This record gives sequence, C-alpha cells and structure tokens, in this order.
Amino acid sequence: MENYPQLVTLIIFIPLIGFILNLFFGKRLGERWSGLLGTTAAVLSFGVALLLWSYLINSGYEAAVVNPPFLDGWIRIGSANVEIPWQMRVDTLSVTMMLVVTGVGSLIHIYATGYMHGDERFSRFFTYLNLFLVFMLILVTGNNFVMMFVGWEGVGLCSFLLIGFWFDKKNGLGWKNSNAARKAMIANRVGDFGILMAIFLIFWTFGTVDYFRPGEIANVHLSEGGHGEVAEGHGEAVAAEGEHGEAAPAEGDHSEAAPVESDHSEAVTAEDDHGAVTGPVYVNNDHIETSQLGVFGQAERMVEEHHEVDFGPFSLPIETVLVLITLFMLLGAAGKSAQIPLFVWLPDAMAGPTPVSALIHAATMVTAGVYMMVRSNVFFYNAELTSLIVAIVGATTAIMAGFVALGQWDIKRVLAYSTVSQLGFMVAAVGVGAYGAAMFHLVTHAFFKALLFLGSGSVIHGVEHGHHSALERSGHGHGHGDSHDHVDDHGHGHDEHEEDHAFDPQDMRNMGGLARRMPLTYITYLIGTLALAGIWPFAGFWSKDEILADSWLAGIVDNKLGGFIAFALLLAAAGFTAFYMWRQLEIVFYGQPRTEAADHASESSPSMVIPLVVLAVLSLVGGFVMNVPSGAGAFSVFGVFNDVFGTHKFTDWLAHSVSHAHAAEFQPGIAIVSLVLALGAIFLARSIYGRGKSAGVETRDPFVDAVPSGGTLFGLANARLYWDETYFRLFENPFNKISQFLADTLDWRFWHDYFHETVIGKGFNGIASLLSNPIDLGIIDGIVNGVGNLARWIAGRLRLVQTGYVRTYAISLMLGVVLVIVILLLPMLQR
Amino acid sequence: MVSSAISLSTVVLFLPLIGMFILLFLRSEGKDGHGNENIKWTAFGFSVATFIATLIMWATFNPAETGLQFVQKLDWIPSIGISFYLGVDGISILLIVLTGFIMPVAILSSFRAHVIHERGREKLYYAFMLLLEFAMLGVFMAQDLFMFYIFWEVTLVPMYFLIGIWGAERRIYAAVKFFLYTMAGSILMLLAILYVGIQAQTFSVPDIVAGIQSGALVFPFSGIFSTQSFLFLGFLIAFAIKVPIWPLHSWLPDAHVQAPTAGSVILAGVLLKLGTYGIVRFCLPLFPEATVAWAPFVATLAVIGIIYGAWVSYAQTDVKKLVAYSSVSHLGFVVLGIFALNNQGIQGAILQMVNHGISTGGLFLLVGMLYERRHTKDIAAYGGIWKVMPVFGGLSLVITMSSMGLPGLNGFVGEFVILMGTFGSEVLGFFFALFATLGVILAAVYMLYMYQKVFMGEVTHEENKHLEPLHWQETTVLVAMIVVILWIGLQPAPFFAAMDSTVNHVVQNLGPAITSVVMK
Repeated sequence: MENYPQLVTLIIFIPLIGFILNLFFGKRLGERWSGLLGTTAAVLSFGVALLLWSYLINSGYEAAVVNPPFLDGWIRIGSANVEIPWQMRVDTLSVTMMLVVTGVGSLIHIYATGYMHGDERFSRFFTYLNLFLVFMLILVTGNNFVMMFVGWEGVGLCSFLLIGFWFDKKNGLGWKNSNAARKAMIANRVGDFGILMAIFLIFWTFGTVDYFRPGEIANVHLSEGGHGEVAEGHGEAVAAEGEHGEAAPAEGDHSEAAPVESDHSEAVTAEDDHGAVTGPVYVNNDHIETSQLGVFGQAERMVEEHHEVDFGPFSLPIETVLVLITLFMLLGAAGKSAQIPLFVWLPDAMAGPTPVSALIHAATMVTAGVYMMVRSNVFFYNAELTSLIVAIVGATTAIMAGFVALGQWDIKRVLAYSTVSQLGFMVAAVGVGAYGAAMFHLVTHAFFKALLFLGSGSVIHGVEHGHHSALERSGHGHGHGDSHDHVDDHGHGHDEHEEDHAFDPQDMRNMGGLARRMPLTYITYLIGTLALAGIWPFAGFWSKDEILADSWLAGIVDNKLGGFIAFALLLAAAGFTAFYMWRQLEIVFYGQPRTEAADHASESSPSMVIPLVVLAVLSLVGGFVMNVPSGAGAFSVFGVFNDVFGTHKFTDWLAHSVSHAHAAEFQPGIAIVSLVLALGAIFLARSIYGRGKSAGVETRDPFVDAVPSGGTLFGLANARLYWDETYFRLFENPFNKISQFLADTLDWRFWHDYFHETVIGKGFNGIASLLSNPIDLGIIDGIVNGVGNLARWIAGRLRLVQTGYVRTYAISLMLGVVLVIVILLLPMLQR
Repeated sequence: MVSSAISLSTVVLFLPLIGMFILLFLRSEGKDGHGNENIKWTAFGFSVATFIATLIMWATFNPAETGLQFVQKLDWIPSIGISFYLGVDGISILLIVLTGFIMPVAILSSFRAHVIHERGREKLYYAFMLLLEFAMLGVFMAQDLFMFYIFWEVTLVPMYFLIGIWGAERRIYAAVKFFLYTMAGSILMLLAILYVGIQAQTFSVPDIVAGIQSGALVFPFSGIFSTQSFLFLGFLIAFAIKVPIWPLHSWLPDAHVQAPTAGSVILAGVLLKLGTYGIVRFCLPLFPEATVAWAPFVATLAVIGIIYGAWVSYAQTDVKKLVAYSSVSHLGFVVLGIFALNNQGIQGAILQMVNHGISTGGLFLLVGMLYERRHTKDIAAYGGIWKVMPVFGGLSLVITMSSMGLPGLNGFVGEFVILMGTFGSEVLGFFFALFATLGVILAAVYMLYMYQKVFMGEVTHEENKHLEPLHWQETTVLVAMIVVILWIGLQPAPFFAAMDSTVNHVVQNLGPAITSVVMK
C-alpha cells in the first residue's frame, strides 16, 4: 500500500507511450490496432486512477507527493533559491480529476473508434487524444502551479490540434476550422497571461510555487476541534518526514515518494480514546516553519498574522496580494473555462470532431479553470473582492450563454453554449465559496455533457447516413458504382460537406422524429437532458441544487452580495437550461422528420452506443450515489439514499484536500422552486415547439410568434448577442490596423527607408566623400590603396551591378576605423 | 599566468580555422566535373569535430568554479598589456556549445541549397562558414578586450560575403547595410575599449574586473551622464546594434531576408547573441553603477522591442521577414532578463540566448526548406502544406511551439525565468513584467498566424500539391533541433547549473552598485 502513490507516474506514462507508438507507427498499424492502442492506453490509465482511489480510501486519505523517475527536478537555480520540480500530488482532489479524465476519456476513446471510422487520419486522431490525456493528467497531478501550467498550455495545444483536425477540408471549411483552432489558442493565451502573472506573484510572495510540501497536509476546516493533541504528538515525526521529502530527489527510493505519514496508528488510537469519533482525525501543520510550507499553508499563516508582503519598492498586505493573485487566476480560468470575457472561442471550437467536443470542450479540459480555482480555494477564500467578482462573472456567463443557447439551430452549438453556461455555474460556485459544490457539478456535468455531445454525434452520424441513403434511393447524387462500397467510403460522413455543402447534418431544422429511428440514442439523450435540466433524481439536480443552496446561504447567512447575485442569476439560468434542452429534444427527436435525411436516419454502431448507455447510467445515478445532502427529506426518499449511499460522501472526500470544502444543508424550498421552474420551462418549450410545430429551414422559429417581442429576443440569441462582431470591432480590427501601420508605415517606410536610406545613408555618403578625398591623397596612401584594392577585388568578385556603392561605403568605413586606431594607439605606443 | 600547455579552449578555437585552411587546398571540382563532394564533407567533419570538442569542454567544465577555466594566456603585445588570452566560464560555456551545435546544422542544411549550386564557389562558401565559426568562438572565449574586439570585427567579414555572394536579390544592399551598421557601433566600443585599456594599463578583462572590485580602478560615476556612463554606452550601443535592441533593428530584416538559409540560421542562432553576451560579459562587471542607472531605460527599450517586434511581425507577408521580426521580440526578452540584474533574470537570459538560437534557427531552417521547394517566401503562396508533407508539418509544429514558449519546450523555461526575474528585480519590477508578459500573448498571435497560413487550410495552389518529401539530411537537422528543444524544456537544470556560480558572482558584484544607485 505504501508505494501505491508511485503509480501516479504510470497514469501519465501509459498514455504517453500510446501517443508515441501511435505517432510513429499509427499509420502502419491500421485503423483497428491504432484505435485499440489508443483506447487501451486510456482504459489502463483509468485502472491506475481506480487503484489510486482505493489507495486513498484504504490509507485514510493520506495525500502523497511523488517525484517521477527519470526526471531530475525541473527548473532549478541554486543561487536564486528557485526550485520547481516535476512533482505529482495524489490527493482526493487530484484523484477525482484523474477518475473523471480517464473514465470519461476511456468511454470517449471507445466511441471515437466508431465515430472516426473511415477517416483518413484515424491514427492521428488517437495520437492527439492520447497526448491530450498526457497533458490533462499533468495538469491535474502536478504539485505546483508551473507544472499545472505545463498541462494547461499542453491541453490548449491539443485543443488547437483537434479543433483544426480537419484543417484541409474543401470549400473554405478547412480555413474555418483552422481559424477556430487559432482563435481558441489565442483566447487561451490571453488567459495564460493571467496565469503567468499569478505565478510570478505567488513566487515572489511565498518563495515557492508548490501547492503543498512533502509532509504537509491541507489544513481542513471541516472539523476544527479535538486534534491539537494529536498534532503535537507527532509533530516531530512529520517534520522529519517533511525534511526527508525535500532532500535531493537523487537520494533514491524513499524520497521519491514521501507520503504524509501523519502516524496513522496514532490517529486510530485517538479515535479509540474518544469513542465514537465520526470522520477522520486531522493533523495540522503547526510544527512546520512557515517558509517550509507550500503556498496555501503559508497563505493561511500570513493571513492570520496580517503579514505585509515586501516587493522591494513597495509592500502590500497579504489580503491585497491574494486579491491580485486570484484576479489574475480568474483571467486564466476565464480563458480555459470559457467565461466572460474570453468564452468566445468555445462555441467555435465545435469545428472539431464530436468526440473532441465531448472530451475536451465539455467534460475535461474546460473544467481545468474550475479545478485550478478549487485547488487554490485557500486563496479565493481569503480574497473577498475576487470572490465577489468570480461570482458575478460566473453567474453572468451562466445566464448569458443560457440565453444564447435558446436561439441556436446547430445541435452542437446549443450544447456548446450550454457548456459555457454550466461552467458559469461552477465558477459562480467558487465565487460563493462552495468549492465542494463546484467540483460536484464538475463531475456530474462531465457525465451528462459528455453524454449529450456523444449523443449529438450519434445523431449527426445517423442523419448523414440518412442523407446518403436518401440520395441513393432517389437516384441523384452518387448513383454510379457499387452502392455498398459507396456507403463504406462516405457513409461515415466527415467528407460530407465537401460533396454537398448545401445540406448541414448538424442543423436541427433538418431533423425531427428521430426518436423512433434512433431509439437508444434518444433514450440516452433524454436522460442527459433531464440531468442537465436538473430534474430529480438525475445527477444534475443534486449538483445544481447544491450550488443554488450554497449561493443562497452565502447571501443570507454570510451576508455576501455575491451570494444573492449568483442565486438570482443562476436560478434564471437554470430555467433557460431546461427550456433550450427541451427545445432541442423537440426539434431533434419528436414530431415528424423534416427532411429525407432525417427520415432515413439509422441507429449508430455499438461502439458508439455503449458509451452512451454507460454515461446515461452515470447521469441518472451519479448525483445521489455520490453526494446526497443531509436533510433532503422526500428528495432522498426520506433518508433511504442517505442510508444506502451515505451523506455528503463526495464533499467529505474532497475535504481531505480542499480546505474550504463545506457541505451545505439541503434547502427544500430552493429545491422545490428550481424543480418547478425547470418543469415549467420544459412545459413551455413543449407548448412552443411540441406537436410538430418545430421549425424547418424555411420557416420561422416558433419562438418568434409564441412570446411577446419574441422576434427581438430570438434575433439577439440567434446572433449570439453580437459578441464576435463587437470583439472584432474593439480588438481584432484595431489590432490588425495598428499592426499594418507599424509594419508598413512606421517600421518600413519611415524607419527603414526614409530614416536609414535618406537621412543616414545620404548624410554619411556626403561626409565620407568630403573626408576621404584629402586623406585619400595624403597621409596614409598605402593603406588606402590596399583598402581600395580590396574593395575592387570584392567588387570584381561579386560582379557588382552598382559598382560605386560598395566602394564608397567600404573605403570610408575602413578608413575611419584605421584612422581611429592609429590616432588612439600612437600616444600609447609612445608611453 | 602565462602557460605553455595547449588548453582545450585553444583546440576548440582553432579546429575550424584548420578546417578552413584544409578546405582551401582541396580541388574545387570533383572527378565528374561537378563540385567536389569532399569539400562539404570536410567542412561538416570539422564542424562536427568542433562540436564534439565543445561537448568535451562542457563535460569537463566545473560548474562550481566562478572564475575562468580552460585558460590559455600568452603574451602578445606586452608593452601595452595586450595578450592572447582565452578562457571559459559559466557565462560563455553554453554559448560555445551552442555555436558548436549550430554550425554542423547550418553546414548540413547547406548541402542541398540550390543557390550554392547556382552561384558556385562552394569551397569559398564552406571556408567562410568555418572562418565564421572561428571568429564567433573567439568572441566567446576572448578574455582580452583587444582580442575580443578583433574577433568581433572578424565575424563581420565572412557574414558579409555569405550574404553578399549567396544571398537573394538585394543581397549587396543587405550585406553592406549589415556591415556598416555593426561597424558604426563597433567604433564607439573601440573608443571605450581603448579608454578602459589605457586607464587600467591592461586589456585583460579579469584583471580589469579585479581592479574595479578592489577599488584600484575607478571609472567615475555621478549619474547617467558621467565618464562611466559614457563608457557603458560605448559598449552598449555596439552590442545593442548587434542584438538588435529596438530601435536599432533596421538592418536585421534586410540581412535575414537576403541571407542564404544557413546564413540566417547562424545569424539568428549565434551572431545576435554576441551582443547580449557582450552586455553580460563587459557592461555589467566593468560599469556596475552605470548599468544599474541605465537599466530601467534599456529595459524599457527591451519591452518596447518585445511588443513592437511581435506586432510588426504579425503584419508581414514574407515568412522570413516575419521570423526576423520575431527575433526582435525574442531578444527583447533576453535584454530584459539581463537588466533585471538578478540571478533569475540573467540566467534566464543566457538560457534564452541558447533557446532562441535553437528555435529561431530552426524556424529559418523550416523557411529554407520551404523555399527550396517553392522558391518563394510569400506566405500567401502556401497553405495546406501539412497535408502534403505531414512529417514536415509535425516537426515544424514543434519548432513553432518552442518559439511560442509552450511549457515543456525550451522557450518557456527561458521566458518564464526571465519574467520571474524581471518581476522580482530591484531595478525593474511589476510593470516591466506585466508589459513583457503581454508579449507572450502576441507571440501566439503571430506564430499561429504563420503556422496556420502556411501549414493549415486546404491546398489551393497547384504547385503545392506535390512537394518533395523531406530529405534525410533535412530530417536530421530538424530532429537534432527538436531533441535539444525537448531536452531544455524538460530538464533545464544542467544548463542552469553550468552558469549558476559565475552568474551569481556577477550578481553579487552588482550588489553594492544596486544599493548605492537605487537608494539614491
């Protein structure tokens, strides 16, 4: 058991090996083996994550710090006390992320073997997917901010590669795809600027960027009392362990993993003494010197001491520094987790293949910002101003994106805005201090949003199939040749646009009535919809409700303005969510097919459907199995859920690494309100779009006529609130214009041509000819002749066109130098 | 101090020169009437031998030592204190290895350059390459101001001819401009060198530095316009032109665009670093007070250069010019790091010199390979190259990302440490770091623009549909670059270790100056 944390190295190396093998041999392996290789790597990683999970449970949640083999530190500058190691942390938070990333990742790998079938760059796709896993796992396992940043930008690169996966499509689509890829990476870079600044601030404030030092534990504020004695008891033991862990990693086996040995046996004894102590006994870090702590431990001490941080020319109170750090972090999170003002890249990112949208742009990568903020909960907790801003940003994003989703016709675009909106929920949760709820929603959202994206992929696939068989039956299009072969070549449809770009298989108006044609996809999609809409007892109900309850409590109990704002906006956003999801369901699955393609759609292959079923089960039970709150009354079937699955299991689990993860009391009133609201929204959506009233490509959206001033509202939502256009006007266009001006006018025509050619060039020529004539004939004739000959020789060699040019320059210059040397050396030689 | 045993530094220095002389005795034409194959392989062999020698030097280098190693000191003109004085320390060791590495890459990449076959004079070309290597190594190893100056000037000659004979259409203009511009700066440096030498009665750098530290030698300082400051500026302007620090960059796009591929690789890879190296080697220890006093000013120019270079780069339509301007931006980081005047800043700057040599050298190789196939540098002429040449596209991506500073690759480590140093610097601080970090965003803007326009999108130009795949020599040089990119990105510790004690020594010696000038 002791060496179990070492396995965390494998969780990165396995996909790395998959990446390398697929990179070099993927093409030769062929579709089947290449896909199998990539998928196996993902599944094995998931197995490792499970082992780490069981390790944590069996070891009493002992966090461990692991130095990977082969790598000897990373950025190390001895004289400046900079020590940034490659170091990984196994604790409940990182293992949660590992489980989500590799678990959902595995399912999506399986799905992709079906979805990408027939693509000319099949093995490349799996190469990228495995690389993504590598970076995502570096991001979540790293024990310091810089290592997190490696993963952070690495997943950004993978996102770039995968959004631009079909960079070579015809009819301008290739450019569109690669533009989307570039946009994503640049928007993320703006965020990364924030992360970098945050890291610099952190380093100069704390002298380190490590989350926790080996031997240190996260301070937990769940159960404060009754552990002082225990802590004192093993102070020394822990300190020794800590020192040991910090010793040079070269020392060998032992220092490679320095699990927090907070003397487990002693903790057990403590339990015995007190009789029925529920929950684990925590040890604090009182015995460790402040400078030896990681950043969070130091931050807490400094806040207690009202420390002033000295930055040389000025000093700031620690609270102010934390506000600055967290604000810069928020910028980074806004980039990666698609919040206002940087979310604009995410909807465009849907240009990538659908499994990518599910894995990277819904379930995992985009949650990295939330992960980072939860990881830094100590900072955010102590930065009230930032928390307020975070709450506002998150809640505003949630409602804004929810509104935009109302007016979209592209099946994936609805889901994309929905993702932005749900990420807003998580971010707002961080803002109101509900770190546990944020993570809870992150996990459940990974289930149902991955499910919905994969479902939409299945729908697109089915419609493309239908489009092809419809074309073939009606005899136009590609009637030539063996029709069976044809389906094999093109049936999987990623070249669809190239052949017939008039038909858009992602446009929901081309669908309708798919429930009967794709029953499994339909049922799973329905489950995903209900989960996302927050209907009891689906996963989304529990996590969303916890966020709402926490916001409410933050407002009422703690008197936080952010709590009220978040509660109001999120509640409205929840209503939007239910509405746009049901609208989608109506347009896609119910009613009559509106096109031939939809009419001939068929269910997808098992490799695609099985992941859907698994995710559907998780979306159904994930919420109450993981984290039933206390006092949920009828909602937990009068305590049956609590008895079977335990209460606040997930929050308690997180609390071992997230200092401020607190479990909120269930708020029946809020649950009822949000449930009624969601059901009402569904009812409304059904009455507007139901019974075959859904729009076709030619007709208006029924919303326009059903709601007062619906035309304006729908127009705004449909135009995505003109964000892109505004950004183009405010930033992109001026940036390009200035760039042009700087490059052409200022740098080239003025500085390069006018100033250098005219002012300096001509001026120099004039002076040179003035000076060189008398001297040329005078004092040092020989040298001049020599130089002149040299110049002539050069000129001859080069077969110069403009003979006089070089000579004038070279002579005058050489002369000048020689002259200066001689004049200056003469007095020295005489001395 | 005068020793007669031949030091490794002498071997490293003269290997390329010996190679050059041997080349001159080879027949220009082979038996088949075409060029003599032996010429290029001899040149390559000597550059590889030099590279191995530099590696041995690094392996036997003692990182704990603050002073000079591999010292070779012979009297030259004893009457005025000029000596043949070679030595290596933590500041120069990595740059010497970089030179050793870049040269074989540049030479190997020239083998298939059609411009050499077209214009002929293959022997002369490779002779100039080796002469250039000799001079650059001399600059990095010279410990005598006078000797340094001579090597500094000698580097100009082969580069002048490389651009002038084997360059593009406006090669003469570019070569002359390159020559004159650098020369103009050098004259000021020469004056300063002579003044320092006369005052100190010696040109030996370690002796002068020792004199300054002991107080035996004083260059009076009373503000940004005083004797010491003028001397400082004399050196700085020469170096600033070479780097180039904004706004003295006007020669760079011309030189890069007109130079043959290998010329650009060497120019970006090593030659520009002569300037930044010079600042660390001479400005900081010789004129500490002036350095501190001028640091915010120079750092401001550096930050302007970072942003300006990136911004201008984005609007370029010529891919080589784009890369050239990106150098202005990247070297801005290096200069900024140096003038942070702390360990992080300077060590990051030295590492970033190496990184820039690899990444930007690599970018010029890529451009050269494209040029060999399509004979154009116009970005609009490309598009979709990744599909046509998948391996090339992948390798290019790594080099592009390295230049963009993707964490895990080399560029990030340098930039990160520089910015960290700037942030915590006693003379610069928060706002310098803030604005310089904006350059990180801009780097993504122009680099991704280039990558997308060249490699992504659909193949629209008929000429691009069938391009020759990479030759093994091309793959070799790119893979060699990428190995270093990954190595520094993942394990930079040995690189920092090599320079740590020397740089720390420099920083410690700046301490009193920082205290006295900043407090005032």
